[in-house]
Amino acid sequence: MRIKAINRSEEECTRERSQDLQKVHKNLDPSLHPLEKATEYTRALNAAKLERIFAKPFVAAFAHDDGITCLAKNPQRLNSLIAGSADGDIRLWDIPSRRCLRRLVGHTAGVKGVAATPSGDACVSCSTDCTVRLWRIPAAGMQPAAEPQEAQAALEFHGANGFRAIDHHWQGDRFATAGAQVDVWDHARSEPMSTFRWGAESALSVRFNPVEPEIFTSTGSDRSIALYDLRSSTPIRKLIMQTRSNAIAWNPLEAFNFTVASEDCNLYTYDMRKLDMAACLHQDFVSAVMDLDYSPTGREFVAGSYDRSVRMFSYNGGHSKEVFHTKRMQRVFSVRFSADGSYVFSGSDDMNVRIWKADASAPLGKLLPRQKQTQAYNQALIRRFKHLPEINRIVRHRHVPKPIYKAGKLRRTIVDADARKLQNVMKHSKPGSVKVKPARQKKIVGQEE
Amino acid sequence: MVMAQANDEPVSQPRKRQKVDPDLTARITKFRRGDPLATSKIPDRKLKGTLRYQERLANEAAELAAKADDWLLPSTAGGLEAEGMERTWRFKQDEVVQAAEVGAARKVFDLSLTELGPYSLDFTRSGRFLALAGRKGHLAVMDWQRGKLVTEIQVKETTRDIQFLHNESFFATAQRKYAYIYDRNGVEVHCLRDHVEASCLEFLPHHFLLCSVGRPGVLRYQDTSTGQTAAAHRTRLGPCSVMRQNPWNAVLCLGHANGTATLWAPNMPTPLVRLLCHRGPIKALAVDTDGRNMVTAGADGQVRVWDLRMLRPRHAYFSRATPDRLDISQRGLLAVGAARSIQVWQGALEHKANSPYMRHDVFSGRLSSLAFCPYEDVLAAGHSDGLSTMLVPGAGEPNYDSRVADPFQGRNARREQEVAQLLDKLQPDMIVLDPTTIGQVRKEPQQVQEEAKMAALVAQRTESRAALEKQAEKKKMKGKNKPSKRHRKKQYTIIEEHKDDVRMRTQKDQKLGKTAAVAEDVMPADAPRALAAFYQKGRQ
Repeated sequence: MRIKAINRSEEECTRERSQDLQKVHKNLDPSLHPLEKATEYTRALNAAKLERIFAKPFVAAFAHDDGITCLAKNPQRLNSLIAGSADGDIRLWDIPSRRCLRRLVGHTAGVKGVAATPSGDACVSCSTDCTVRLWRIPAAGMQPAAEPQEAQAALEFHGANGFRAIDHHWQGDRFATAGAQVDVWDHARSEPMSTFRWGAESALSVRFNPVEPEIFTSTGSDRSIALYDLRSSTPIRKLIMQTRSNAIAWNPLEAFNFTVASEDCNLYTYDMRKLDMAACLHQDFVSAVMDLDYSPTGREFVAGSYDRSVRMFSYNGGHSKEVFHTKRMQRVFSVRFSADGSYVFSGSDDMNVRIWKADASAPLGKLLPRQKQTQAYNQALIRRFKHLPEINRIVRHRHVPKPIYKAGKLRRTIVDADARKLQNVMKHSKPGSVKVKPARQKKIVGQEE
Repeated sequence: MVMAQANDEPVSQPRKRQKVDPDLTARITKFRRGDPLATSKIPDRKLKGTLRYQERLANEAAELAAKADDWLLPSTAGGLEAEGMERTWRFKQDEVVQAAEVGAARKVFDLSLTELGPYSLDFTRSGRFLALAGRKGHLAVMDWQRGKLVTEIQVKETTRDIQFLHNESFFATAQRKYAYIYDRNGVEVHCLRDHVEASCLEFLPHHFLLCSVGRPGVLRYQDTSTGQTAAAHRTRLGPCSVMRQNPWNAVLCLGHANGTATLWAPNMPTPLVRLLCHRGPIKALAVDTDGRNMVTAGADGQVRVWDLRMLRPRHAYFSRATPDRLDISQRGLLAVGAARSIQVWQGALEHKANSPYMRHDVFSGRLSSLAFCPYEDVLAAGHSDGLSTMLVPGAGEPNYDSRVADPFQGRNARREQEVAQLLDKLQPDMIVLDPTTIGQVRKEPQQVQEEAKMAALVAQRTESRAALEKQAEKKKMKGKNKPSKRHRKKQYTIIEEHKDDVRMRTQKDQKLGKTAAVAEDVMPADAPRALAAFYQKGRQ
């Protein structure tokens, strides 16, 4: 007879001393883990609920004396934010300590745009007082400063008209301004290096391409989006839409794609090589979109609107995945993603710069490995079960203020009615006689070269 | 130089084919969830990519699990082998105990409790604690391997069954009139007055449901975490004293006096399945851990094995003595008890076995319950003279999972596990016959869709009619009550009412007569030229 029976010794299966770690045994045999799918579903449901419970995106607000018109992040310093306001005041904020490092005084009218230089030790600002000023900016020190010091501009550039926007070149000492025309300036010269004018009454915004630094775009008040190359003296291409675009931003990782914030409540992503149709249409806002900025990962972007809300979109998502609003936040004029992609800044008419978490339910601070693992597990569960109605409903649910909710409802009614009408027209017309343009193409009027 | 190097080396090296261990591929199938997905014919490239990625992840996970199972598990299952002319079923329990290691042999013992029997028993899910209930009200919980008595009470009332709740801190008993819950100190915590004259209890650990059925034939589910009754189903099949859960899907299996076995879930007031198993009352029932097989024992002397997935009989065994106790171990050993004798069968579920694996007779008394201890090679038998255990090598799973059930669990670990269990508690309505369907999106059948559409249509019509009647009452406004206006309005509403019907009819006609219409559009060759204007297209 040969016999073997289970004979475990407690000493081998448990820890020796109470200071030791507990011994954990694992057996992956599926018959020991019955009902695993139901358990996983329950965990996913709990994870979805917890995510909503912990979604508290607002972090802090920095106060100015007038409405915030523009924001800029420093490409070299993670902790710094430059905000310009409508009273001509520019403040340099140290984000972690939530204090104002310096006030940049000099503009006599509202500041319309700021941008930091690639080296991170200076910034340029433009204003409706027809000047562009260059400021030296300090790094945030460790010691607390009692009162923010005031600083004067290092350089001053004069134009004939007021300026609307500014953006700095990603490599050289050059920057571009938008105003009555698009000007490109050099730090060392008081006159613009080159001027671009293409029928537009005035340009509204300008943005350099982060990968091809000589290429930049501007939007104009003639509802145009223009592409320029600094190496040639004339603009390359112009796209005209039905409504005007307030801001433009390049996707930093797919730098041939850019997104424009349109006056018609939508955002349009275009491939610069193929401008006859938008690559994606992003909707959900109920009023004009004022500004947008891409996350450094290029997977999502943030946009602020005149409807007093800030929304986050996936780079290829048709609808917003997150919406930020507070009771006191007014019209949002400027938004920026932080350089590490984890925070979002919004400047609004109520004289405040607000800081939001990009992932609303993410915990602040450093996580233990175990917490990280739990977070990752929960997110994987939600991803896996997101198509189930109950979880989908919880994950998608966002509370929005009543005016936005009602306006959204109204917009939906109008859109549905239009679609229905179109259906009816098609039904009662000769087949093929009604041409339907896709929504991504509908708002494009034409292209010029 | 660079060119020369490039020319020396072969341009494309033949890819090394990875050696696939044939044993490993066989073992991987155990860890697979469902069949592999055929992604090649999915037209949507994005979806195809996502699914392929998921499929790859699933394959990797299964492979890693198989490897971990192979290399990391500390011990192997037990076994008993006969040499030469020996037969395993001829071995006496004494010989087995003598041949076994000291630690294993120590697990065999007899408790002589002649006064208050017969005894029913239950193990905790980790197998560490044993609860005993004597018919005459003797309740005891013991840490049986260490020989420690945790609690012992005398309730002075007929006690028919005992069952541990989610861990050893609570146990439930079916007493003369009601069911009761006691804690580990023997203090009565709850009297469950809804569970009237229960004869057997069952606890569903993932759902925290205590289930009872008894003389009134009402199956009750009570949530022990909230106290609410989840469901109460009248079986309408008379008193019932045979109940077991299917551990794979938490469906309850009941055996009835008319020979049928019924499967129940809380959200269905009627049985999910009704199986006519025996000609005569069902005496005992057991389900294996995989939920594949159910074994029933009837008063007709038959022990039948049923395929629970296909709901078909597999095979049957006949016993001279009426088998009235059954249990299946974690590794699929079947114990059959009849009067005083116990037979253990190995590999008897999937295929019909010729001879038993082991046999044993209890010394005195009559068997009243049989239970394999989880994670141990031990079978415990409660009888009228107390309790005895026997060694059945190869019965239990040798490797436990600390997160599921840990025989050496300390107090803190128990507390943490309790919290984890409560967080993962499943809702009663998640009990279904096939638990893998949970978490799948099911498209509604076309019939249901059409019914919903029709219901919406009817609702819309009644609403519009109600609005119309309300309008009809109002005839006050000047000019609206003219006969012509009223007639026009009436005509309009009639048209509105029938619009949907007409539309549906035309759509249907279009669908059916599309080909015919196309044919008509073309002008036949023999038609006179003057009629060309009536055809949309020219001559054929």
